[in-house]
Amino acid sequence: MSPAISTPANDINESRLQVLKGAYSYASISDKISDIVLTRPTHWGWVAAFSLCTALTLLFVVAMAYLFYKGVGIWGIDIPVAWAFAITNFVWWVGIGHAGTFISAFLLLLRQKWRTSINRFAEAMTIFAVAMAGIMPILHLGRPWFFYWLAPYPNIMNLWPQWRSPLVWDIFAIGTYIIVSILFWYMGLIPDLATLRDRAESRVKQIVYGLGALGWRGEARQWRRFDTAYLLLAGLATPLVISVHSVVSFDFSIGNTPGWHSTIFPPYFVAGALFSGFAMALTISIPLRAIFGLKDFITERHLDNIAKIMLVCGLIVAYSYVVEIFMAFYSGDEFEKYMVLNRMRGPYAPIYWVVVLFNVVIPQSLWFKRVRLSVMTLFVLSIVVNIGMWLERFMIIVTSLHRDFLPSSWGMFYPTFWDWAILVGSLGAFGWLFLMFVRFLPAISISEMRKLVREKKEGEL
Amino acid sequence: MTEDPHTAVDSEAIRLRLGDTHGATMWRSLDEIGETSAFGDYLTQQFPRFANQFQVDRREFLKLMSASLALAGLGACTREPQEKILPYVKAPQGAVAGEPRFFATATTLGGFAMGVLVESNMGRPTKVEGNPMHPASLGSTDTLTQASVLGLWDPDRSQVVTRKGQISTWENFSSALGRQLIGLARKQGEGLRILTETVTSPTLAAQLQALLARYPKAQWHQYDPINRDNVYDGTRMAFGEALDVRYRLDKARTILSLDADFLGAGNARVRAARDFAQGRGAGGRAAMPNRLYAVASSPSLTSAFADHCVALRAGDVENAALRIAKLLDLPVVAPDAVVGVAEDWLAACVRDLQASRGASLVVAGEAQPPFVHALAHRINHALGNVGVTVTYSEPVVADPANQGESLRALVRDIAAHAVDTLIVIGGNPVYCAPADVRFGDGLLGVPLTVRLGLYEDETSARCQWHLPATHALEAWSDARAYDGTVTLMQPLIAPLYAGRSAHELLAMLGGGTLRSGYDIMRDYWQEKLGADFERGWSTALREGVVTGTALPEKTVTTRGDLPAHGPAGPAGADDSSLELIFTPDPSVWDGSFANNAWLQELPRPLTKLTWDNAALVAPALAKRLSLQNEDVVELTCRGRTLAAPVWIVPGQADGVVSVSLGYGRTRAGRVGNGHGFDAYALRPSDAPWFSRGLQIRKTGKKYPLATTQHHHAMDGRDLVRVATVAEFDQNPQAASGPRHATIPIGTLYSPFKYDGYAWGMAINLGACIGCNACTIACQAENNIPVVGKAEVARGREMHWIRVDRYYEGSAHAPRTHFQPVPCMQCERAPCEVVCPTEASVHDSEGLNVQVYNRCVGTRFCSNNCPYKVRRFNFFQYADENTESLKAQRNPEVTVRMRGVMEKCSYCIQRIANGRIEADKAGRRIRDGEVVTACQAVCPTQAISFGDLNDPASRVKALKASPLDYALLGELNTRPRTTYLAKLTNPNPDLKES
Repeated sequence: MSPAISTPANDINESRLQVLKGAYSYASISDKISDIVLTRPTHWGWVAAFSLCTALTLLFVVAMAYLFYKGVGIWGIDIPVAWAFAITNFVWWVGIGHAGTFISAFLLLLRQKWRTSINRFAEAMTIFAVAMAGIMPILHLGRPWFFYWLAPYPNIMNLWPQWRSPLVWDIFAIGTYIIVSILFWYMGLIPDLATLRDRAESRVKQIVYGLGALGWRGEARQWRRFDTAYLLLAGLATPLVISVHSVVSFDFSIGNTPGWHSTIFPPYFVAGALFSGFAMALTISIPLRAIFGLKDFITERHLDNIAKIMLVCGLIVAYSYVVEIFMAFYSGDEFEKYMVLNRMRGPYAPIYWVVVLFNVVIPQSLWFKRVRLSVMTLFVLSIVVNIGMWLERFMIIVTSLHRDFLPSSWGMFYPTFWDWAILVGSLGAFGWLFLMFVRFLPAISISEMRKLVREKKEGEL
Repeated sequence: MTEDPHTAVDSEAIRLRLGDTHGATMWRSLDEIGETSAFGDYLTQQFPRFANQFQVDRREFLKLMSASLALAGLGACTREPQEKILPYVKAPQGAVAGEPRFFATATTLGGFAMGVLVESNMGRPTKVEGNPMHPASLGSTDTLTQASVLGLWDPDRSQVVTRKGQISTWENFSSALGRQLIGLARKQGEGLRILTETVTSPTLAAQLQALLARYPKAQWHQYDPINRDNVYDGTRMAFGEALDVRYRLDKARTILSLDADFLGAGNARVRAARDFAQGRGAGGRAAMPNRLYAVASSPSLTSAFADHCVALRAGDVENAALRIAKLLDLPVVAPDAVVGVAEDWLAACVRDLQASRGASLVVAGEAQPPFVHALAHRINHALGNVGVTVTYSEPVVADPANQGESLRALVRDIAAHAVDTLIVIGGNPVYCAPADVRFGDGLLGVPLTVRLGLYEDETSARCQWHLPATHALEAWSDARAYDGTVTLMQPLIAPLYAGRSAHELLAMLGGGTLRSGYDIMRDYWQEKLGADFERGWSTALREGVVTGTALPEKTVTTRGDLPAHGPAGPAGADDSSLELIFTPDPSVWDGSFANNAWLQELPRPLTKLTWDNAALVAPALAKRLSLQNEDVVELTCRGRTLAAPVWIVPGQADGVVSVSLGYGRTRAGRVGNGHGFDAYALRPSDAPWFSRGLQIRKTGKKYPLATTQHHHAMDGRDLVRVATVAEFDQNPQAASGPRHATIPIGTLYSPFKYDGYAWGMAINLGACIGCNACTIACQAENNIPVVGKAEVARGREMHWIRVDRYYEGSAHAPRTHFQPVPCMQCERAPCEVVCPTEASVHDSEGLNVQVYNRCVGTRFCSNNCPYKVRRFNFFQYADENTESLKAQRNPEVTVRMRGVMEKCSYCIQRIANGRIEADKAGRRIRDGEVVTACQAVCPTQAISFGDLNDPASRVKALKASPLDYALLGELNTRPRTTYLAKLTNPNPDLKES
């Protein structure tokens, strides 16, 4: 497949770069993956992570309850900075979702076999991330109990949403995204659920997995239909990688605020989304393969490939930063110029420079294969990029708003405890959902891995 | 909707007792009820006029009874007073039942009346407007007057009589007073002292005189912490008698302010602002625009507007005045030069003054010593201004005695145990007496101390009896304006609580009998209005002025023996030590408005601070002492020390620290307690306005201050556009700058069509003095909630119209610009396109309307508003629980809930009212018929509003002016609110330093 594999590489041990290591049969693959769900005792690492995430999820629930009780005033938002953490979180979480769709759908269409062992959990990551993202705009509303007014539905007021508002487009973009992602993910799960049904020993599990498997028997006819449907869904999901974050970027670029009103935003946001999404994929896969002993399936090859994509996305992001600065001065618009200088020298300058360091400077180390193959380094780097991308969203939103046109109205945003509680809580809830997923569903696609075994045997890999 | 707990309980009890009885027993029950003392109290409270007629026959009693029973259920409701009060003759918005009615009355500040029309909605006074027929108002008002209506409804007002902190009754007080009066009568009133604030009320003055005649040995003292002692002492020095001084700013071409703030303070501030703006030219280039020179110790509205301003220590103003007198060849001993003022500045100013002889004016500040006032009078005399721009009259106040001396005499007598009955009417002397007078100390030793006040405050706490006073909008009274014109003050509502007025208390003192304020007033005016009393009375009530009561001009002769130099010697008080100056606070004044949340949250015009006062210092001084905003410093002056946070103010005289009075209240109420620091603790009685020898020590602590504007420079953006008159004459476009032509950008949406009205606003920056009256008028009109200090500090204040203040030039002598910013009502409104729920929509008359109940609170509209005029209810800001505050609200404006966006609506409810009136008459709304709240209140008439589809409308004409420009027009928002660039009129001979 990939020429990097077929040509003997330099001094790096080639076996480390295999897509599938070890000698696995269909049965042993099934054992290895389904055991995590069905038989293997709970790993202490999982318990520790789960406890932490449960605590943070509770914090999230408390923070939301207090928010609904008191109002968004518990956050640090004000006039002029009417959007801050909630929208930052929203954009960041949607972005994270993009990597999952990219891996499972985009790479499927491109017939990248290495995606097989990471697509399942990457897609779970997408769903949970988009779930977190979907909560944020509702939390952020002044009157969240009327969130459905943003959606078109028949009502006695005979009113539809205001179609020119990007927030309405958002509803469709995010709604489509979450529906397609769930369908695609569930489709892929069906054969595996059947496997689990067949292997489960307790009656409850048999019934639950059995219901989920929708009567899958593994007939050739079923497989044929499955493959077609899966490919079609992949075809549906693929454009979403581009469209969803483009629409999210319209939330800003449609506005007239200096720092928002820019045509580069859609590609800039999509690249940023993939950048942070792949970083999150690394952040998840590295401990996952360690804790559940999946290093044969998620190999250095995968990490290397993810790192390469991150490098490309990071470069596009860096290019966007440069273009933003260039356009501000090229346009001669005094407000744009001030905005750029204010980002660099104003009260939020430290954030700007951290963003540059984390998203532009540090990721350049990925040019080096040694870095790409060092698991620990990649893990640290993925967290750096995650933080960097969150701060970038924060910077775009807050530093643009806090000093716009009239100096008399300039202000500052300082986060409160509840701002942090929502951010940390959403991370906890995301982790909680993911850990539950790992325990109750196969984190790696069993059926697709079996295909990989065949392909390896037949020398196709 | 007010509930006096006692009334409520009583009526409830009566109802219950009646409810239990039926048929024949009814009559007996009524008698029984009538005999209980509780019912007597109840009746007294409900019908004070009839209280003394309670000995009635059966028929009379039943009449009363049926009325009171009928009203028992309504007893908790507000009601118009019993007496006949008369609506204003030309009610601006019609006077149909169910619609608001307007009544002419007055509010007072420092005793001086401001004529107002109060809007009454079903008996509830909700909004104050100026009275166009009143000389001090001419239809406009100021911040303090606007806020007075909130003071009426303040839930923290005192509601009951208390004796030594225990709840008591007026009857108990009456009997206690009666006993004391017997003794007093025997001693011809020896030991009886009455302490009032400044009195201009003819009726009250007559009552006091009658009282003093009855008790010849009693004494009347007056004290207002912000008084006109210097003005009267100045005229005594110059003319040998106390006189009131009136300025005709509209007739003055060259004006020199010697540390005077005639636009922001003073007894004719609103009228002065109107006259001054008229002299400057309304919305265009006046043929002969006036020119204002100012010498100011601390920046004020007047100095901020000046064409030429120098910052000078208050104590050095005398030298500057002497120098000017010298240059005018007056026989004075003047220093050769004044430190801090360039000689050519003074010379240019003097040349200008001379060039406009007879149309120039020198005004001395009320904080300046009598000598400076006397000098100003002499200079005006020498310039031929007397009788033209400055006139004199007998004092408007009842007694122009030196109030500082009056208070000191009282305290001396208290210390000498010469006082056995002290009646304190109004004021709050325990709090606001100078620090060395120690008024509160001796009070506990006085056998009988009585306090009539709106609040149970610091003074009440030290008096035996506290009596709740009626608010100015609840009682009959009268008061004089700056020129002597009398307004009969009529109550808009019966007293909410068991309050009585000063007139009623004095009547009790005089005869021991209870007389209503109405009777007292009518008795007094019966005499004055002469033969056709009833007609005169009704006319005066309707118009809000008693015609012919303005005091006549008085010809004066300057005394020959005027000193050639001030009391400190020919060199003046020349030392380089720091100077501490005291100023009235723009919001809480002397502290009496401390519990008024609207005023507390109103940004101070220059500092933009809310909720606190601060020690204001010049940037240079701050640099020398390495002080930053919010640093707490210890101010030590003449042995007294006070800790206060620092605020750096450009334009402040170097070497001057100014503190405003009225803060640091401990018993103001829930709103006013615990804010700021008490500057009275430093105030000496012999130098109440400024003194030298101040020492500052940095404590290293910080005290957070809440400001609404953090950035003071325009950063090179052409937001406030300014040109001099000369530049304008050369090129009329000079000020308004490049016109951002509406770029014909293609659009997917068809443009709006306006077949009916197209509302627009023009704001004349050349007239805006930055007084903030528009902000608070808007707050009152539109039920805008108060958010509190912490929320303001977060940047969540709710004002729909704000006044931006920008500085230009050096920090030492900056040019100050004000810019009121309401919603621009853009033609292509950025807010409308981004709202997902159609809560922000364009209406058929061009308004960007906000539909509160459709708003879900995405706040996208605020982000997208380049003017940042949208305000968000981050919490449930509107107080939905306090009963009395509910009654204050404008019933025509929605009270907003948490989570919705709100903003200026061009007072859409007033437009709707105008439309109803016009539709009824089958015509279009006339120009000037709809007046927005901000426009109505503006003292300088800087705001114009009207229909842009009406070719003859004033606003249309203003928008055709070459001065007209759109704020941020380059964004193609096409705002309906546009500005007229500011024209200044500097002396071409004076280069800016």
